Amino acid sequence: MRKDYRLEKRKYVIGGFLLFIALIYLIRLFDLQINDSKYKAYADNNAFLNKTVYPSRGLIYDRNGELIVYNQPAYDVMMIPRDVQQFDTLDFCHTLNITREQFDSRLQDMKRSAGYSSYTPQVLITHLSAEDYGRLQEKLYRYPGFFIQKRILRQYNHKTAANVLGNIREVSPADIERDPYYQRGDYCGDLGIEKSYDEYLRGHKGVEVLIRDAHGRIQGRYLDGAMDVAPISGRNLKLSIDLGLQQYAESLMVNKIGAVVAIQPKTGEILAMVSSPTYDPTLLVGRQRGREYRNLVNNPYKPLFDRSLMAAYPPGSTFKPGQGLILLQEGIITTNTAFPCYNGFISGGLRVGCHSHGSPLPLKPALQTSCNAYFCWGFKALVDKRSKYGTPADAFEVWKHHLVSMGYGYKLGVDMPSESRGFIPNAPFYNKVYGEGRWSANTIISVSIGQGEICATPLQIANVCATIANRGWFITPHVVKEIQDTILPEIYREQRFPSIEQRWYNEVAEGMRMAVTGGTCRLTNLPDIEVAGKTGTAQNPHGRDHSAFIGFAPYNDPEIAVCVYVENAGYGATYGVPIGSLVIEKYLKGSIAPERKYLEQRMLESNTIIYSGVKKH
Amino acid sequence: MELRSTNYGRGQESPFKGIDWFSVILYVLLVVAGAISIYAASYDFDNASIFDYTEFSGKQLRWIGLSFLLGLGLLLIDARLYETYAYPIYIAVMLLLVLTIFIAPNIKGSHSWIVIGSMSIQPAEFAKFATALALAKLFSGYNFILNARSTNYFKALAIIFLPIALILAQNETGSALVYLGLFFVLYREGMSGLILLSAVLAIAIFVISVKFTETMVLGIPSGQFTVYIIVMLTMVTMVAMYSKTTDVARNLGLGFLCSGIILWILNLTGIEIPGQYLFPGIIAAACIYCLIETLRLHVMKITAAVGAAIIAIGFMFSVNYVFTEVLKPHQQMRIKVALGIEEDILKAGYNVNQSKIAIGSGGFTGKGFLKGTQTKLKYVPEQHTDFIFCTIGEEEGFVGTSITMMLFVLLILRVIVIAERQPTTFGRVFAYCVASYFIVHFCINIGMVIGLCPVIGIPLPFFSYGGSSLWGFTFLLFILLRIDASRRSHH
Repeated sequence: MRKDYRLEKRKYVIGGFLLFIALIYLIRLFDLQINDSKYKAYADNNAFLNKTVYPSRGLIYDRNGELIVYNQPAYDVMMIPRDVQQFDTLDFCHTLNITREQFDSRLQDMKRSAGYSSYTPQVLITHLSAEDYGRLQEKLYRYPGFFIQKRILRQYNHKTAANVLGNIREVSPADIERDPYYQRGDYCGDLGIEKSYDEYLRGHKGVEVLIRDAHGRIQGRYLDGAMDVAPISGRNLKLSIDLGLQQYAESLMVNKIGAVVAIQPKTGEILAMVSSPTYDPTLLVGRQRGREYRNLVNNPYKPLFDRSLMAAYPPGSTFKPGQGLILLQEGIITTNTAFPCYNGFISGGLRVGCHSHGSPLPLKPALQTSCNAYFCWGFKALVDKRSKYGTPADAFEVWKHHLVSMGYGYKLGVDMPSESRGFIPNAPFYNKVYGEGRWSANTIISVSIGQGEICATPLQIANVCATIANRGWFITPHVVKEIQDTILPEIYREQRFPSIEQRWYNEVAEGMRMAVTGGTCRLTNLPDIEVAGKTGTAQNPHGRDHSAFIGFAPYNDPEIAVCVYVENAGYGATYGVPIGSLVIEKYLKGSIAPERKYLEQRMLESNTIIYSGVKKH
Repeated sequence: MELRSTNYGRGQESPFKGIDWFSVILYVLLVVAGAISIYAASYDFDNASIFDYTEFSGKQLRWIGLSFLLGLGLLLIDARLYETYAYPIYIAVMLLLVLTIFIAPNIKGSHSWIVIGSMSIQPAEFAKFATALALAKLFSGYNFILNARSTNYFKALAIIFLPIALILAQNETGSALVYLGLFFVLYREGMSGLILLSAVLAIAIFVISVKFTETMVLGIPSGQFTVYIIVMLTMVTMVAMYSKTTDVARNLGLGFLCSGIILWILNLTGIEIPGQYLFPGIIAAACIYCLIETLRLHVMKITAAVGAAIIAIGFMFSVNYVFTEVLKPHQQMRIKVALGIEEDILKAGYNVNQSKIAIGSGGFTGKGFLKGTQTKLKYVPEQHTDFIFCTIGEEEGFVGTSITMMLFVLLILRVIVIAERQPTTFGRVFAYCVASYFIVHFCINIGMVIGLCPVIGIPLPFFSYGGSSLWGFTFLLFILLRIDASRRSHH
C-alpha cells in the first residue's frame, strides 16, 4: 500500500487542533472553577434557603413586676415567586378563606411593593389565624414556593402607657439601610421604649438552613440542622413606671390635653409619664395597624405626639424656683432681699402684671405668692449688673448657663426617642432679634417668669422639681428600671449637679412649701404628707392660659416629684394643683382620702379639651 | 497457548492478540467514570440503590454490562467482514434512518427514537459507524485518490451528507452536525487545507456578522463593515501570494486605501454615506479590475481572489438570511446566547448559566462525591445526559474536569496513532472517522457545558446517560480495535 508522507503530516494539524481546543477549555475551566468564586455563592444561593427563625421579643413589666407587654405567635404566608409553580389557586384561596379577587389584589400589591424580587421570600398574607394556619400547613406540600413564617405579635395586658411603650412595625427600607441586622419583613420598635430599647428587646434572629431543589421544593434540613443558628430571645425590661399610678394619672387627664410626669427624685426613675390624649396600644397590633396608625396620625389632637417629652411649653411660674436659685447663686439677692410689687412690675413704661399681695417681699413669700414683680426685679438686677458682668449680653449668658445645667434647653437624655430640647435663648439670639447692645433686661423681661421665648418640656420641668426635692442634684430621668441580664447605662445611675450650690436649695424648697401651706397651692396641703409645690399659669398667644404645677413630697424625704401641665385649662391652681396633689396622694398613700374624693371626681369629669381650639373633623 | 487451540471461526489466533490494551483501559476508565457520574447526577436524597433498574444509574449499569459484552463480541468478529459488508451495513442503517422518520414518536420535537417495549434506541448513533465503514470502504477502493477526480469528492460527500439529511429530517440537528467532523478525514486524505481554512473563515464571518449588528459604521452594521475589510485584505493577499502578481496586488491595495480615505473624509464632513451600496460597489470594481488584469496578463490564478470575494460576500448575506428567516426563534436565541449577544438567564441561557454555576462552584477539588447541590437539587436540566460534565465539575472540581479531559484527549490521540499505523487505507480512514466523531463530541459537548459553544444537544461519549450513545461509541471503538489487532495478517 502506498504511503503518502506529505499527507501523513496532517495528523499533526488534526491532533494540534484537538490540543488547542483542549487548552482553551482547560483555561476556561480554570477560570470558572478556581479564579472566580462567585459561582460558589450562586450555587449556595440556589440550594440553601435560609429560613429566619424569629426570637421571642423581650417582655415588659412595670416597676412592681406586673406584666404589661407580651408576645403572641402569628403566621405569615410567604412566597418565593420564582419557585412558585402551577397550583390550584381556587383551593389555595379556599384554604386561606379569601376570595380569588383578594388573592389577586394581594399579589399585585406584593409585586408593586418596594424591594420586590422574585428570588427572595415575599410576604403574601400577614397574620394568619391559627385555624387558617393549621389548614394551610396540611396542604402546603401542594404549593411549591410557598411557606409559612412564624412571627411575633405584641399583646398588651393593659391599655395604658401607649406613649411610653410604643409598638412594633415592619421595617422600612430606611431601617434596613441604617441597621444591617434588619432584613425585609423583620419587625422593629416604633416609638417609645420599643424603639429606644429595640436592640435589647429584639434578641437575635436564628437561621434554619433548608435545602431547596430547582422547583423550589424543600428537600430537608441541611446537614440535619448542624448549620442552624438558634434564635436568642430578647431581654425583658422592667419599667420604672408604676402601672397603677400611670393608669390613675391617665384617668385624671381624660378629656384634657397635656402631660403628667412623676419622677422618683432619688433614682431619676419615672413613675408615671402621661401624655393626653393617649390611645389604646392594642390598636397598633396586627393587620389593622396601618389603618389605625393613619387614623392616629390624622387625629387633630395628635395622640401620637408624646407631650410629656416632645411638647415644649412655656413653663410659666414653675420657672420661678429655678430663678430664685440663680439669683441666690449669683449673689444678686440674699434670702432677705425684698423687691416691691405694686400689683406688678413697673419699670420705664413697662408693666408686668401681678396680683394683690403684701409688698415688698423677700424670696420665700415671693415664691409662696408667685410674685411676678419679684422675679422681674431680680432678673433686671442680674442682667443690668454691669459692674459684675459687663454687658447685659454677658450677664444673660451666665443666667442661661445656669438654666442649661438644670436640664433646660437641651435634651435631658431620657431613654425614649424623639425627646424635645425645649428652648432657652442665648445672647446671640437676642442680638439677632434686637441688634447687638440694643437690648437689656426690660426688653426681655418676660423670660424671667418663664414666658416669652422660654420653652421646656414637662419632663424638664419635672426634673427641675426633682432636683429641688433632692436639694441640689438629679439623676437623668429614665423609664426603664432594669434590663434583664445587664445593667443600666452609666448615665441612668450617676448624679448630675447643676451649677447651683446645694445650700440655696432649702431656701427655694421652703418657699415652695409655703406655697402649699399658705400660698397658691393650698389644695395640695394634705393632712399627713408634707408637700412642696409651685403653680404655673402660662400665657399663650393661641388661647386660654395653660395650667401647670410642680410639686414634691414628702418635704423632708421626697419620694415623688411631679409636673402637671394642662393646656388651655386656666390657672395653675384650678387643674395643675388638684391633679398633681391627687397623683402625689395616690402614690404615697395608695388611695385618695374620702374628704378629697370630690376633687378626684371633679378632675375625672372635667373637660378642658373644649378650650383647645382644635376643631374635630 | 490454550486459547490458540480453541477454534474462533476462521481465526487461528486468540481474538485478544494484538489488541491495543491502552485504548481498552482508557475505554474502561471512561465508562466506569461515566457510570459513577450518572449515579451522582441522578442520586436522590431519598436515594435508591445503584442496582435499581428504575433509576437512571441502574439502567445505565445494564447498558454498560451489555456494552462490555458487545465489545467482546465485536472483538470476536473477523475484521475482514467489516470491509466486505461495509456498504450493505451502510445501506441497511440508512434504511433504518428513513424508517425512523416515519415510525418514531415525537419526543420533544424530534423523531429519532424507535421505541421497542420499554426500550428506545436512537439509530442515528449507529449510523456513525456505518457511515465510517462506508467512507473507509470508498477510500480503500482500488487506486482511489480523492483529488484525482471530482466524482470522488461527490461520492465521499454523498456518503457523508446522506445521514446528515436523514437525521435532519428526524429533527436532530445536533446529531447531524457531528458528521461534519468527517471533513477532518477528507482533509487527512488529501482535501485542500484551504477548505478547512475557509471553513474557519466562514465561522468567523458568521460570528462577526451575526454578533455585531447593533453599532453602525458608514451606514452599515459594524459586523458587515468588518467583513468587507476582511474581504479586501483577503483579495490583496491572495493576488499577491497565490497568483504572485505584486503589481496588481499593489494597485488593488492602493485602490482600497484611497477609497477608504475618501469615504472617511466624506464621513467627517457629515455626508450620509450609502455604505450598503458603496462597499459592494468598491469590491465589484476591484473584481472587474482583477478580471481585466487576468485577460491582460494571462494569469488565471487572479480569478481565485475574485471567486473568494464573491463567495465571502455571498456567504455573509446568506448567513443573515438564514439566521433571521430559516432558523427557528429558539435556535436563534441559542446562538445569540452562545455568542454573548443575549443574556437570557431564565430562558435559553438557563441551562448554560446553571451549568456554569455547577462547574464553577466545584472549585479546585470539588464538593465531594454526591455532595453537589446544583446537580442533586436538579438545577441543571438534562444533567445526566448532555450536561453530565457539570456533575464532574461540581463534585470533583478542577481536578476531575481536567483528568476527564485528559482521558479524552489521550484516547483521541491514541486513535490517531492507531490510524497512522494502519497498513490499509480502510483501517486508516475508519480510524480517522472514529477520531473525528470523538473530537466533535468532545469539543461541542464540553464547550456548551462551560458556555463556550452554542447549546447543541449531543452527548459526551461514555458519560452521558443512554444506551444508544454508549453502544454507538463502543461499536466505533471496538471495530477499530479489531481492525487494528488484525493489521498484521494483511501482509
